[in-house]
Amino acid sequence: MDVRSQISMLFHLDKCIGCHTCSIACKNIWTDRKGAEYMWWNNVETKPGTGYPSKWEDQNIYKGGWKQDGTGSISLKGSGKYKGLINIFHNPYLPLLEDYYEPWTYKYLDLIESPAGDDQPTARPVSLVTGKEIDIKTGPNWDDDLSGTPEFARHDSNFKNLTSAEKEAMFQLDKMAMFYLPRICNHCLNPACVASCPSGAIYKRGEDGVVLINQQVCRAWRMCVTACPYKKSYYNWNTGKSEKCILCYPRLEAGLTPACMHSCVGRIRYLGVMLYDADKIKEAASAPEDELIDRQLDLILDPFDEEVIKNAKENGIADSTIKAAQTSPVYKFVKVWGLGLPLHPEYRTLPMLFYVPPLLPVMASLSDANNGEQAGKLDPIAKFWDRNTLYDTSTDSIWGTIEQARFPLKYMANLFGSGSEGIIKEVLKKQLAVRLHRRNVTVGDIEKDFVEKVLKDVNLTPELADDIYNMTSLAKFDERFNIPPAHREQALDMLENTGDLKGSAGFGFKEKPVRGL
Amino acid sequence: MALSNNFFFIGLPYMALIVFLIGSIYRYRSSKFTYSSLSSQFLETRKLYWGSLPFHWGIVFLFFGHLTAFLFPRSVLLWNEVPIRLVILEITAFVFGIMTLVGLANLFYRRLSNPRVRKVSNYMDIILEILLLTQVFLGLWVAYGYRWGSSWFSIVLTPYLNSIFLLNPQADAIFVLPLVIQLHIIFAFLIIMIIPFTRLVHFLVFPLSYLWRPYQKVIWNWDRKKIRDPKTKWTIHKPTNN
Repeated sequence: MDVRSQISMLFHLDKCIGCHTCSIACKNIWTDRKGAEYMWWNNVETKPGTGYPSKWEDQNIYKGGWKQDGTGSISLKGSGKYKGLINIFHNPYLPLLEDYYEPWTYKYLDLIESPAGDDQPTARPVSLVTGKEIDIKTGPNWDDDLSGTPEFARHDSNFKNLTSAEKEAMFQLDKMAMFYLPRICNHCLNPACVASCPSGAIYKRGEDGVVLINQQVCRAWRMCVTACPYKKSYYNWNTGKSEKCILCYPRLEAGLTPACMHSCVGRIRYLGVMLYDADKIKEAASAPEDELIDRQLDLILDPFDEEVIKNAKENGIADSTIKAAQTSPVYKFVKVWGLGLPLHPEYRTLPMLFYVPPLLPVMASLSDANNGEQAGKLDPIAKFWDRNTLYDTSTDSIWGTIEQARFPLKYMANLFGSGSEGIIKEVLKKQLAVRLHRRNVTVGDIEKDFVEKVLKDVNLTPELADDIYNMTSLAKFDERFNIPPAHREQALDMLENTGDLKGSAGFGFKEKPVRGL
Repeated sequence: MALSNNFFFIGLPYMALIVFLIGSIYRYRSSKFTYSSLSSQFLETRKLYWGSLPFHWGIVFLFFGHLTAFLFPRSVLLWNEVPIRLVILEITAFVFGIMTLVGLANLFYRRLSNPRVRKVSNYMDIILEILLLTQVFLGLWVAYGYRWGSSWFSIVLTPYLNSIFLLNPQADAIFVLPLVIQLHIIFAFLIIMIIPFTRLVHFLVFPLSYLWRPYQKVIWNWDRKKIRDPKTKWTIHKPTNN
């Protein structure tokens, strides 16, 4: 057992309101530079939709991630030792600027400095690449909130195995539904970007599992851009180096949350340590497709287990990190409650960012009710309410609402379950059970026996359900983010013995001030 | 005449080699960040396909062709003993030369005509591409006009290059060569000289080591096992990731 620690994340999609605050926080800190304007290390896309870069999930185009070869082991789909070096002069699978969007600004000065004329001056868009005026074709989140559905949502890559009738049903005007999918680098356990980098510039940090690109070693061979199936490694066209989300490691080391998580308005984001067994990574990544999720979850170790703690200590994991693993909200969601699922596990990179799939929108029916009293209270001029109906979410069968979800389970399964509906259903049932339980506690209009049966169905106790409810709805900042101390005092000691530099010259020296030859 | 001959075929080669060696190493050590292939495929890919592929494969073949004639002159002469083999070798090399020239011309045209690629071009790129174009053109001219290069290279140029590297320059044979060949030699050293000042440095860091490294790479900032053990001696590990 080779126990290592990983800073891991969980996004609760039911809570995401699609406000893009995370994206803006990230952009303002990290990618507001020349060559990086088009990059969104954190982006939020509307599902169904083609996402960013366009159709990134379609690996027939981009050849990202790993594939199982005949022998049962795995190899990189579009890069790797031989393919990568053969294609080094021209990478046929490289996404282009057009696949993201051409970044632009406006000639704002024209608004103020144009000479007086008959027409109002306008601020015309200019490309941030060439500086020339452009016609904007697309931009980040061009398909936000299902806008341009025929062009975008209908070309979503997750309709595999959906019948065309099911697909059509998703786009009927009165039945249309959507949810938001915030994405950052998954800091995978089996990162395809690291494996594809010919120069060896990309690496995973041993201490916390953050995946980074060494800018000094990157030589713009661009294979990581192809290899990452989530398209979260970006090529900076100005510096000639690839860049990616760094999980705000300077903030993490200082005990602060990453900017995207800190700023999250919907409080959908959770961050914490998980211990995993590095010996089993390869085995888990090469598992058959229907076992991928289970095998990945098996990698994650129980931080209360004596054996695990012993091995962790032997491996040099700090006590504070083990403690953080025991109190990690992500561990609870993923392992204890079984609510977190990885996005597209079939890419076999073992992503360590988990998602709680959205339960909303729940199906409901309009049932008759006497709203006369309500209607009487309304101002007759401003509004009127002529229907005596009630928005009713109860059904005859307990799990009926999930079966009739507006999102076909198959669609969700293609996103979070590598095609298996059973896993998604289980998670959604649990969420619904918690909701029914809380309804019983707070409103009390549901029969107690019914709620007990529901909880039993999904293997939850009222206590566990309350825990889930607390962590989901009430958790404060410190509960949502559990950052282990980075022990910089040790790290710094090992980086350089400050005593060595005592008496040396200060800033401005490239080399150490050592007496020359 | 002797003075300029000595300059071009003895002085320039040494100057070029010294500038190349010191320049590349200094640049690697002092500003490693600038070592990059500076790919512009992200901005424009179709024209690049018709430029980069023929150019690179062509020049790789030509480079190793010249290298073989330099390192193993006897083997080349032996191969060339049978006329048909000589012709096959020469024609193959010539085809690769044409390929390189066409690729390079495409790249040059792409660099000038595409506004995005122009934005990421600097003046050294232009100088380098002009030098390379001239050099490849001269090489083709030599191959066509002064046959059979693969044989006389082994007899005339290999000893000359050897003498340069052995610090005992013997350039007399070069002085009487036709002007085109002389120019080809001069341009070769000019290009070597400007390598550290151009994007050409990227071939020095061609990632062959990728072939034998394991796929995954994990870097520890410090050895945690040691640091937790009070019995280990205090040592300083410099991490390799910064």
